[in-house]
Amino acid sequence: MKALDELNFPEDVKYTKDHEWAKLEGDIITIGLSDYAQDQLGEIVFVELPEEGDTFDQEDEFGSVESVKAVSEIYLPVGGEIVAVNEDLEDAPELVNNECYTGGWLVKVKPEDPSQLDGLMDQGAYLDMLKG
Amino acid sequence: MNDSLKTTPLNKWHRNAGANMADFGGFDMPLWYDTGVKNEHLAVLKSAGLFDTSHMACISVQGETALELINFCFTRDIANLAAGRCVYGAFLDTKGHCIDDAIVYRFSNHRFMVCVNAGMGAAIADHLNANLDGRDVAIKDLSGQLAKVDIQGKNSARILSKLLKDTSQVFDAMPYFSFKGDIDPEQADQVLLADDTKVLVSRSGYTGEFGFEIFISPDNAEKLWLDLLDAGKEYDLTPCGLGARDSLRAGACLPLSHQDIGHFAFANHPWDFALPYSDDKQSFTKNFLGGDSLTNISDPKYTYAFAGDSLRKVNAGENTKVLDQDGNAIGQVLTCATDMGISWLDDKIVSINTPDLPSDIKIKGIACGFVMVDKPLDMGTRLTLEEGKRKISVQLVSDIRPNRTARLALKHFI
Repeated sequence: MKALDELNFPEDVKYTKDHEWAKLEGDIITIGLSDYAQDQLGEIVFVELPEEGDTFDQEDEFGSVESVKAVSEIYLPVGGEIVAVNEDLEDAPELVNNECYTGGWLVKVKPEDPSQLDGLMDQGAYLDMLKG
Repeated sequence: MNDSLKTTPLNKWHRNAGANMADFGGFDMPLWYDTGVKNEHLAVLKSAGLFDTSHMACISVQGETALELINFCFTRDIANLAAGRCVYGAFLDTKGHCIDDAIVYRFSNHRFMVCVNAGMGAAIADHLNANLDGRDVAIKDLSGQLAKVDIQGKNSARILSKLLKDTSQVFDAMPYFSFKGDIDPEQADQVLLADDTKVLVSRSGYTGEFGFEIFISPDNAEKLWLDLLDAGKEYDLTPCGLGARDSLRAGACLPLSHQDIGHFAFANHPWDFALPYSDDKQSFTKNFLGGDSLTNISDPKYTYAFAGDSLRKVNAGENTKVLDQDGNAIGQVLTCATDMGISWLDDKIVSINTPDLPSDIKIKGIACGFVMVDKPLDMGTRLTLEEGKRKISVQLVSDIRPNRTARLALKHFI
């Protein structure tokens, strides 16, 4: 397990208490797992994602990630419609470990209420939470 | 780290190596290192892995009637266990419930060692003392006085041989579940490392793969660990945490104490070999503590190994349900881990060590483990394991990971 200063927390995404990140680009929000989450889970061997077109409320469980030992639910940082899922994860779930903010993204959401993003934590607040 | 946790002599090494650490049986132990559980699991199947198992506890049992005491308290009949051999079994209470599983080592007619799980040294020593019944036996909890390093996988002997002073003394005539050396430095039968450090080398482990458990004094444990890693470089010897140990033992159909076996009757499970059954399995061939209760269980439960259709899992435990094909809840999941070295090929499980695999097969891993249900079921029975909203489909199997190497003769590996 890495120390916090060895982990990467970009400034241009928002974070949730459940360790997802969310990034607004145009009117679409990309969702993934934070570096802290992937480090805690260990090696991810399977990612279960919803279908395109599924809709969820904010903080709904929308899928799960499995490491060799455990299964963890993942929760949607903002409510809306799933407009894309990362199909690369089917063959390469380890992308969530290796490139959690880029190639390891999970889903893209068309938010019902983009202002929900404002209620999430910025880098500083997320780090404060992790430092407890 | 929680200050109340105990540490092994290798704790600093684990932490410096960046291991993901967690509390296991009251010890601060590595779950996995930087390359991850999957890599560690596969390293043991392909070549060799190194485990710090110094959290386990040993108890020395000595005296004229030591054999009689152990034979009364332990589920295996050790009357015919030869010196230099060891055997797996369990210690039960009067209800036939499992206090802990253990390996009993026989040095001589009057001298034995019992190796139990983390934090269980005092409990099992107390249990033996409580059942002395006038026997003159010296029972000594050696918790903290012995370290243990396990090297597991097909290159284990090649790596260990580089460290031994006399390889043939150790490896000649060394079948599965035998050992060489002693934990008492005053005894004559010693195994020496090249630097004259005394060790006990046992041909056992808990991964289902060929290998050794090496008992050593705590002061010498780190040097042994480093020397093995150095000697193992050419074989990609990989340090492994408890995560890989758990997925390897699950695939090998071995129970985890206090999870798959515990405070319930130690019977009707895949580990029948650990009980002294008569040929017809209707009675036992010896009297032992808890045995009477096991022949008369009022509310029997049945433990079976299962294999999933894919690598998808549920988190085992009280929040799980086992559903039969009519949707009836009939039990719960004791262990569910992914063996990353196996896959289904038609209706058979194959492993990365299965000979003549089709060239286009991709070994993806299978979820596996144990369920405990309230009625007897046939092998092949299909069940659904449920945890909250998650459901996975599994079938009962008599064995999980094929082509395991633990039992093969040592000559294949040197």
